[in-house]
Amino acid sequence: MGRELALAIVDGILVGGVYALMAVGLTLIFGVLDIINIAQGVLVILGAYLSYSLYTKAHIDLFVGLLITIPAMFVIGVFIHWAFIRRLRGTERTSMTLLVTYAVALIIEGILFKIYGADNIQISTSYTNSSVDVAGIYVGWIYIWGFVLALALVAFVYALLYRTKFGRSVRATMQDETAARLVGIDVNRVAALTFGIGVAVTAAGGMVFGATNAFNANSGYDLISRLLSIIILGGMGSVGGALGASLFMLTLESVVTIWQPNWAVLVYYAALVIVLLYRPAGLFGRKAVRAQ
Amino acid sequence: MSKESRLDNGLARPEKALKGGGLLVLAVVAVLFPQFTSDPAVTNYGVLALIYITAATAWNIFSGNTGYISLGQAVFFGSGAYAMGIAARDWHLNGDIVFALLPLCGAVGALIAVPFGLIALRVRRHTFIVITIAMFFIFQLMAFNFSFTGGSSGLQSPFLNWPAATYNTPFYYIGLAYAAGSIVIAWLVRRSRFGLQLRAIRDDEDRARGLGVKTMRVKLAAFTMSGAITAMIGAVWFFYLNQVEPQTGFDPIFDLTLVLMAFLGGYGSISGPVLGALIIEPLTLWLNTQPAFNGGGLSQILLGAVFLIVVLFMPRGIIPTGGEIITKLRMRGRPAVIPTTTMGPVASAPTISSGGAR
Amino acid sequence: MTALLRTEGVMKAYGGVQALNGATIVVEEGTVAGLIGPNGSGKTTLFNVITGYERPDSGEVWFGDRAITGLSPDKVFAAGIGRTFQLTRIFARLTVLENMLVAAQAKDKPKNLLSWFGRDAWTHHRRHALELLEFVGIERHADVLAGSLSYGQRKLLELAYVLVADPAVILLDEPAGGVNPTLINLIADRIRLLNTQQGKTFLLVEHNMEFVMGLCSTITVLESGADVVSGPPDIVRTDKRVLDAYLGVDLEEDPR
Repeated sequence: MGRELALAIVDGILVGGVYALMAVGLTLIFGVLDIINIAQGVLVILGAYLSYSLYTKAHIDLFVGLLITIPAMFVIGVFIHWAFIRRLRGTERTSMTLLVTYAVALIIEGILFKIYGADNIQISTSYTNSSVDVAGIYVGWIYIWGFVLALALVAFVYALLYRTKFGRSVRATMQDETAARLVGIDVNRVAALTFGIGVAVTAAGGMVFGATNAFNANSGYDLISRLLSIIILGGMGSVGGALGASLFMLTLESVVTIWQPNWAVLVYYAALVIVLLYRPAGLFGRKAVRAQ
Repeated sequence: MSKESRLDNGLARPEKALKGGGLLVLAVVAVLFPQFTSDPAVTNYGVLALIYITAATAWNIFSGNTGYISLGQAVFFGSGAYAMGIAARDWHLNGDIVFALLPLCGAVGALIAVPFGLIALRVRRHTFIVITIAMFFIFQLMAFNFSFTGGSSGLQSPFLNWPAATYNTPFYYIGLAYAAGSIVIAWLVRRSRFGLQLRAIRDDEDRARGLGVKTMRVKLAAFTMSGAITAMIGAVWFFYLNQVEPQTGFDPIFDLTLVLMAFLGGYGSISGPVLGALIIEPLTLWLNTQPAFNGGGLSQILLGAVFLIVVLFMPRGIIPTGGEIITKLRMRGRPAVIPTTTMGPVASAPTISSGGAR
Repeated sequence: MTALLRTEGVMKAYGGVQALNGATIVVEEGTVAGLIGPNGSGKTTLFNVITGYERPDSGEVWFGDRAITGLSPDKVFAAGIGRTFQLTRIFARLTVLENMLVAAQAKDKPKNLLSWFGRDAWTHHRRHALELLEFVGIERHADVLAGSLSYGQRKLLELAYVLVADPAVILLDEPAGGVNPTLINLIADRIRLLNTQQGKTFLLVEHNMEFVMGLCSTITVLESGADVVSGPPDIVRTDKRVLDAYLGVDLEEDPR
């Protein structure tokens, strides 16, 4: 029993790191642009399919393939922002963009269905199924590498945010868009690039997700529900919160799965409800006084 | 305009007569529709269109008036369907008497709406949308996992001993009753003080609260009404199609379609959802009969694309946007109106625009 | 004359900024009082504290002999204190008349379910609302969407708004700001009328010196979150501390 628990916790943390990657992208997009990108879930799946195709058709290793998929997803993100999100203005912008990103998600899902069909697949390489013995527990290599990758990318995002001029512009825009404009920051460019970055990280998340889960075009819904719960829990707009909430929720789910595999995913919603009852702004959320 | 006529909130007489006449014609057509055709395939369009008109109007009663976009109406729709199925199965009911269960389904919808609303309505608008999505998934999950909901195989509806040729007709009239009823309720809400408070909440909730409007109560009331109506029409739908499964009773596409209908026809107006449903539902049904559309992903692409077009280019609906374009064309070249004032040296000269404030 | 509205030592900080630093003001009943001070002196913050939109860190707000410190805005409103906003907050998608009705109806409890939906309850509210709109001069725009009003007209609407509940004290946040001279005169005229004919007490925040000096019987100067001077216009106008507060220059030492 103790072993099962230990394994579940380790699993949870490892997977949590990967989810953190996707959640950080989502929360970053919210923090800077004030929009909830519902398409994030299906974009992860897109990343998974891309990695899958690169591997099966061009025999490019999954991790090497990231050098292609991450920039590709970045471009897709910037495109989505430019084509659909940029033109939304007005008082109900946040709600409208949510609907828009939902629609975009639907289109991407449809395209994926058309190209890949409805069958579930899972990316399988020589190393995705091998595990290593750590103190009596078998941990899959892919999980470890995925976690390391996630840490590296989150660290990269952090460095970008806190050590570069661009990052400073991003943080300034997050705090006060008008003030940022006044000091000469090109808010539109910051928004577009941030959206691109937020989506680019899904490439990495998608690759690991695809290698550790069976998925099809429909899997985006489940993903986005979890991601949304995670960022609300961690506080929408808080990067640190997204990281913490991911680790916590995935570990919690992993542990609950031991007893109740069918209901484990309910922990997300239960936690969400509890948090929202007491802290409508999420745990680390800014008490933003923006007009909606 | 004199003060007295404004007290009456009057449209000019001829306009009123035209509106009334048009509505009458529409009502007559709607009532007589099944008599003109005996082809079940055609009346099928009618039944489903009416179901969606009801659901979209119910959605609008809450979301259109308050500006809180709900993507969780399927929670009520599916719950109503399941409630009907469970009650009929456990109480061993068959035949026409099952229709008496409809109010029960409405009550179920209301009962769900209250705690749902108490949690969801305390947060800001975008978080609210997310919570409705989350609730939706919770309910779908529960439908899959509980045994009393029949798990993944769902529930069958009770048996109706009606001849196949006229099977659709009673459903048509029930649907019509619900559609008419929900439109009337939406209209009553709109012109009432309750409706005014809802719309004030939409524009500036904090200010409304500061003026003494009991915002939570008002929002919850509208939310519950919307939920009860949707639950009842969900039960009708279940009865009509004879079965419900977790993914059909709780279908994310359902929610999106409702929103699309409301936006297409005119967000916030009463005729909007009706128009939207009348356009989209028959179209969807027809498209589904085309072989190219079966399970290929094309339906999602199309739905998403239409959604984008509507939200990005005509967010206030096809009629208001069309009306705006016509007004713009008409107003070109007209000088700004300068009213005479009745109180000495006053005020700047305003241009009065009667509608469509950006 | 009794002090109808009074604050005592109100402190309010935002992050590192001390917006209010012991603000103490007194508004006598039946007067038109002015609150002036350079930008950033805390005038709007003080308004927000009085009307419940902000909670003070310390200090008290009194309405007559009742402490209203920290009450929520709707309770302050219900107590009889009305307030306009500098950046007009109106319901843009409702008509001007409907805007008024929201305020008018909110204070009337519905008698039964029917009056929620019925139109009869509306009639006397409508009449009252139209009268107020006429008083401020925008009655003919009653059926126009409030969002399409000009800035000046919105200010008039805000004034009508605040009168709906018939408050005893009215706080006006920059009523003359950004408005043309004819409109300013109208507003000043209306304030005077309400004050002399209905005995309403006013507290206004303004930058327009002419407006304030010509209308107010008492003026308080706020600087860096604290009250510096208070008195009739003539005294305040020539007080050295006021000039320092605005100009930041020691005039005695300046040869020019």
